[in-house]
Amino acid sequence: MLKVRGLTKTFRSRRNTVKAVQGVDFDVAEGELVGFLGPNGAGKSTTLRMLSTLLRPTSGEAVVAGCDLLADPNGVRNRIGYVGQGNGAGAGLRVGEELVMQARLYGMPAAEARSQVTDLLKQFDLEGMDNRTVSTLSGGQRRRLDIVMGIVHRPGLVFLDEPSTALDPQSRSNLWEHIRSLRDRHGTTVFLTTHYLDEVDALCERILVIDDGRIITEGTPDSLKTEVSGDLVTLHTGAPAEAATVIGHLPGAREVTTDATSVRFRVPRGDAAVPVLVRELDRIGAPVEAVSTQRPTLDDVFLTLTGRSLRDAEAGAGDGAEQE
Amino acid sequence: MTRTLRLFRHTRLVFVRSAQPWLRSPALHIVAVFSPLLYLVLFGPLVKNALPPKVDAWQWFVPGMLMQLTLFGAAYAGFAITPELRSGVTERLRVTPVSRLALLLGRVLGDMAQLVIQGGVLLAAATAFGFRTPVLAVVLALALAAVLGAAISSLSYALALTVKEENKFAPLLNMMLVPLMLLSGVLLPMDNAPGWLHTLSRINPLSHVVEALRAITAGHYGSTAAVQGTLITVVMAVVCGLLGWRTMARNQA
Repeated sequence: MLKVRGLTKTFRSRRNTVKAVQGVDFDVAEGELVGFLGPNGAGKSTTLRMLSTLLRPTSGEAVVAGCDLLADPNGVRNRIGYVGQGNGAGAGLRVGEELVMQARLYGMPAAEARSQVTDLLKQFDLEGMDNRTVSTLSGGQRRRLDIVMGIVHRPGLVFLDEPSTALDPQSRSNLWEHIRSLRDRHGTTVFLTTHYLDEVDALCERILVIDDGRIITEGTPDSLKTEVSGDLVTLHTGAPAEAATVIGHLPGAREVTTDATSVRFRVPRGDAAVPVLVRELDRIGAPVEAVSTQRPTLDDVFLTLTGRSLRDAEAGAGDGAEQE
Repeated sequence: MTRTLRLFRHTRLVFVRSAQPWLRSPALHIVAVFSPLLYLVLFGPLVKNALPPKVDAWQWFVPGMLMQLTLFGAAYAGFAITPELRSGVTERLRVTPVSRLALLLGRVLGDMAQLVIQGGVLLAAATAFGFRTPVLAVVLALALAAVLGAAISSLSYALALTVKEENKFAPLLNMMLVPLMLLSGVLLPMDNAPGWLHTLSRINPLSHVVEALRAITAGHYGSTAAVQGTLITVVMAVVCGLLGWRTMARNQA
């Protein structure tokens, strides 16, 4: 569905040059639900805007939904849906009108466009909203309308740019349901950007982590947590020093730290390591009093890979990094 | 589907979309015609004394008000696009396979239709003051005003897409509109102006448009003033249209 090679984008203004995207390669297969995770200013939106023909890449190439991005942008436009960060529907217009017009821009006959719009409004819990003025919708409704607008022509590939930003928690999880159903019911390939860890965790089967215009790792959320960070295990014992020595010999264990009563370390599979460890420590006379294992968050992954947490990276992303 | 057919279909869709708000609230037209009507009522009576005795004040003044209505109405067209640029509507449309020319043409045609309606209202109201002109002249004058409207609104969109923010766009428009209007000889005849002022007004293409409108409403369809003014208007529409198209099609939003 998506094949991206060496894509770069450099913004030049009189005062400075910003290398927003510095050579990005990845593939997305048909029917995948992929998340593009990174702090603000990492180059996510810029990449998405290039792949949806809004920005011309500085270099590199891509095949999007079977069409060459540079040679056949109109072919790409016909086959993709794009939901930007803003609201795509005109504030003073009516919901139904905007949607039918959008479908007809893709060449859909009027009658088909109307029935398609009715179906989609129902599916996205916007039934009977046809005649509402767009500006009277709630934030969650408006965001769902944006998504309907992006898929009204039944594209095989949909780009979502920060779909749940500025929504309340309830609207967010509701939106996630709808995004999931897009893929499950229609087999649509979904590629979304986000800087929310819970969003990729809840939604995506595979993530690409981007920082400073480069993809730094990719995998399933679980595999990234396991391989990159590993579980955090805390053991309470009367003999932390002895325990630490045993843990040091455990395959994959690292970041071992001790204090007066406990040992903390990371290991790829905490659930499998703990039983072994408990028996071994019993045997050497350093019995375990309490144990807890914590699955890493994707923030831990980001921290391990970049040395900064996502939140720090957000704060550090200076102005001008995310320029248009 | 051939390119031309698609351009036609897309233009129609964009036209219908841009016409939606004023089709639904006809009161907008009254608001638009209000200011030229005020000029007719409050300024029109003063014009008489500034004109040579043989010239009828209303026959002279009303075509100028039609030009002014067109100029201001079309110049503000760009204000429809700046909120859409900010909210993401423009971006949404740019991702569709819609031709960029259709994005401009549809809107401009919407503006032209609006100006024709408002111009018609103005001319009808002017008959109450004693303005008289043949039906053919009304048709031709409104057509010429619409072409002028196409030029000005294309330019307005190009400008709005470039400046992007209303608080910069509004003063910029004002800066351009006031001299254009003062130098067009709409309010007072330029014949009595000092040499330098007269020269400036001859350079202003709008003064030729006003003269063409006056010639047409007087029934002199084939006169030099009518033909020359029409040609100038058409050239303006083509040049501004190309500029607007280029701005619409530009790579970065």
